[in-house]
Amino acid sequence: MNRQITRMAVVGIVLLGALVVGTTYWQAWAASGLADRQDNSIQRVAEFSVKRGKIFAADGKTVLADNVRRKVASQKLYFRRYPQRGLAAHIVGYSTQVRSRAGLEASENDFLTGSNTNLSTVLDTALDKLRGTTIKGNDLHLTLRPGAQRIALNALGGKCGAAVAIEPRTGRLLVSVSSPTYDPNLIEGHYNLATRPKFGCSPLFNRAEAGLYIPGSAFKVVTASAALDSGKFTIDSTFNDPGFCIEYGKPVSNYADQSGPERFGHVNFLQAMEHSINAVFCEIGKALGARPILEHAKHFGFYSVPPLETPVNERAISGLYNKGKLFFPKNDFQVDPGRLAFGQERLQVTPIQMGMVAATIANGGLVMRPYVVERVVAPDGSTVVKTRPDALGRAVSANHAADVAKMMEAVVQGGTGTAAQISGIRVAGKTGTAETGVNHVNTTWFICFAPVDNPRVAVAVVLEHQHGTGGTTAAPIAKAIMEALIR
Amino acid sequence: MSYRNRELANLFVVAIITGLGFASVYIARQEVVSTGSLSYALFFFALYLAAHAAARVTVPQADPYLLPMAALLTAVGVTEIYRLDPGNAFRQGLWIVVGVAAFAGTLLALRHDYRRLESYKYLFGLTAVGLLFLPALPVIGERINGARLWVHVGGIQFQPGELAKIMLIVFLAGYLREKREVLAQGRLKDFGPLLAIWGAAMLVIVETNDLGSALLYYGIFLAMLYVATARAWYAAAGLALFLGGSALLYHAVPRVQERVSIWIDPWSHAHTSGYQITQSLYSIGNGGFAGKGLGKGVFATTNGHDLIPQLNTDFIYSALAQELGLVGSAALLLVYMLFCLRGFRIALLAQDGFSKLLAVGLTFGFALQTFIIVGGVLRLIPLTGITLPFVSYGGSSVVANFVLLAGLLLVSHRANSVSQISMEGRP
Repeated sequence: MNRQITRMAVVGIVLLGALVVGTTYWQAWAASGLADRQDNSIQRVAEFSVKRGKIFAADGKTVLADNVRRKVASQKLYFRRYPQRGLAAHIVGYSTQVRSRAGLEASENDFLTGSNTNLSTVLDTALDKLRGTTIKGNDLHLTLRPGAQRIALNALGGKCGAAVAIEPRTGRLLVSVSSPTYDPNLIEGHYNLATRPKFGCSPLFNRAEAGLYIPGSAFKVVTASAALDSGKFTIDSTFNDPGFCIEYGKPVSNYADQSGPERFGHVNFLQAMEHSINAVFCEIGKALGARPILEHAKHFGFYSVPPLETPVNERAISGLYNKGKLFFPKNDFQVDPGRLAFGQERLQVTPIQMGMVAATIANGGLVMRPYVVERVVAPDGSTVVKTRPDALGRAVSANHAADVAKMMEAVVQGGTGTAAQISGIRVAGKTGTAETGVNHVNTTWFICFAPVDNPRVAVAVVLEHQHGTGGTTAAPIAKAIMEALIR
Repeated sequence: MSYRNRELANLFVVAIITGLGFASVYIARQEVVSTGSLSYALFFFALYLAAHAAARVTVPQADPYLLPMAALLTAVGVTEIYRLDPGNAFRQGLWIVVGVAAFAGTLLALRHDYRRLESYKYLFGLTAVGLLFLPALPVIGERINGARLWVHVGGIQFQPGELAKIMLIVFLAGYLREKREVLAQGRLKDFGPLLAIWGAAMLVIVETNDLGSALLYYGIFLAMLYVATARAWYAAAGLALFLGGSALLYHAVPRVQERVSIWIDPWSHAHTSGYQITQSLYSIGNGGFAGKGLGKGVFATTNGHDLIPQLNTDFIYSALAQELGLVGSAALLLVYMLFCLRGFRIALLAQDGFSKLLAVGLTFGFALQTFIIVGGVLRLIPLTGITLPFVSYGGSSVVANFVLLAGLLLVSHRANSVSQISMEGRP
């Protein structure tokens, strides 16, 4: 019988040995695959056992995202609180249990949870794990100015729209607001309340970086840059404004956006910009062609996702859209260059892209990469990452940028944008009033920068469902933001 | 060193490990080491000293490693159960007291000669079938999670199947010892009583939907039949029958189909019937190489809901694997292996057929039960709910395993005494 007993012993040991192999498979071989699975609740819980880094505004004092500690089933868990509520909700985003994450909370999660691959962070996290202490994430210090952010939000109050302010020389995002805003503290428990439409608009949607609007005359800044860079026109070029533009043999009359009479007669390029004369820009557009204008717009950042640290799906690409899809014309007959030149056609742009246009003109034609995370700071106070200003390329030559700036200054001094004047400071700007197809309901714009001689801020403001023009509705808001940032 | 002193020394080691385990759970829970952790360890040590004393009196020549290993396994179990729910750990502690009492009682009752059990083999067989049948009775039977395994009398609920398993092994050992020569010849009529009792047991089990036990009993039966008759083709035929029967069962019982489809692809059922196994795998995977540490694993959602149902019974291994990691769970499995190796060694040393068969049955049953539940949790085989010996939460399981331990020690004591006598008797 002993031989059989030995054999059964072998069977028993093989069975138990298989368990060791199985355990090794799941804990060594398959462990990382398991950790990456979407429905892995343990990973979700473990994320809440990490003390996420705080998020600060540019003043270093205003806390945009903080933690509260709670003990759940004998585990210490950390949940997010947003003391400033809706102040920077669309940039900061949220980190919740039921709705996952949005904004910087999503895209900068690796820093905030200390799971980034930066060597010192890896070391700290490993030590925390070994000691069994709570893992602390890195803090984010943003470029957003809380005071100006608050003023922009109040100025937009009751309207649907967005405002963006950029420091032209660096690309720092100083203001980014989307109205209506929402309270990220409500996402977890009161999602319906947080997302209930206000004045007919959805609060969760980030209009500043993902909202697509017809630029209208604000696009003339791009057209003017293209015209000057093409060599076909100079700031002194003269035009005859008949009050309309012949498109495919039919006259297209000037739009309500322009100031002064319906028909200006003989004007130069500067005056055409000053009074936003569509007929002149229509002629320029036809002279340049649609594709060269769009190629030029690409240098400003059109046709690519606007760079920022927020999640890529929370930013939209500016350009021509056909049936909801971005398109670039294959030949000059697909697009009407005249209407494109004054920002109609099927152009759709984001406020941050228009802010980049204004900032680029302010910065002498050099496009700076916009950024919102100034510094990533480790729990011990040392800087993990510091963002350095980065030039994306030249959109327009320095001389021509100065010419466009001159034109834009005329807009504010005596043209369509006088509402943006600030006493003692030279302001350059451009209005935009885009017809939405519904009578007397416009999307209004104002893009600007100041001071002209030493630009410190470039602003873009857009408002939905306006009965007035960009000069009457958006320019005062842009002025308020500039004042808040300059003074 | 004598056998029993060796056992005592090993128990000291186990007591230290237990104390450390409880201390680390305490630190993780309360961030302080309280005297509670030490008192639990002391209580355990005292309990096992009592078991040791019983063994010293009744079976001085028995294997000195089995009791310490059982002590270690129960300590690991109670530590983890305590970590999951201190209230349950207290109840489990009480059951271990009952288990140690049953252990001592078995040793005392059978200290002279356990082999007289052989003459009551039919009584054991029939009692086992009766016990298995109890949960199917209307008033006292209770259905939990789709299987009728529990009996409720007064305030106590227990699983009679656990004790029935040992009784059936006693029956098999007795019957096979008596009939092994004739059975080896393959005459069908000799199989009669065997198939009657075994068949009845299997029928009751299948009827009560306890697939894990069905697999376990069938495996024990084949193993003991093979050892008794030395006919490998019996085992082969048995395996073939098992596969055929499984196929039949697969088509006839929807519950079996469900189990198999969860086994093949748990993730396509991740939000329904496959939830438990996928979460359990996540728990195991989360342990990684070194584990999260006792008390540091994640077993609840951010709302405090349990992530894995039946964590302290069927899924205790996934809890342990997360907290102890690959190192700890491999060590735990190693203890099971050593326990089985000692058991098989006892079977080899035993002098008579009944003792050998009894030891093989008890040991192989122990190994197979471990394989069925841990293999199920690891997705090596379809998951069927059954307890992890000595570790899982559950009174009847603990008591039955202590009786099993007593049985092995009795056989071991006799084998060692006889070999000593024969050696001393040599001129």
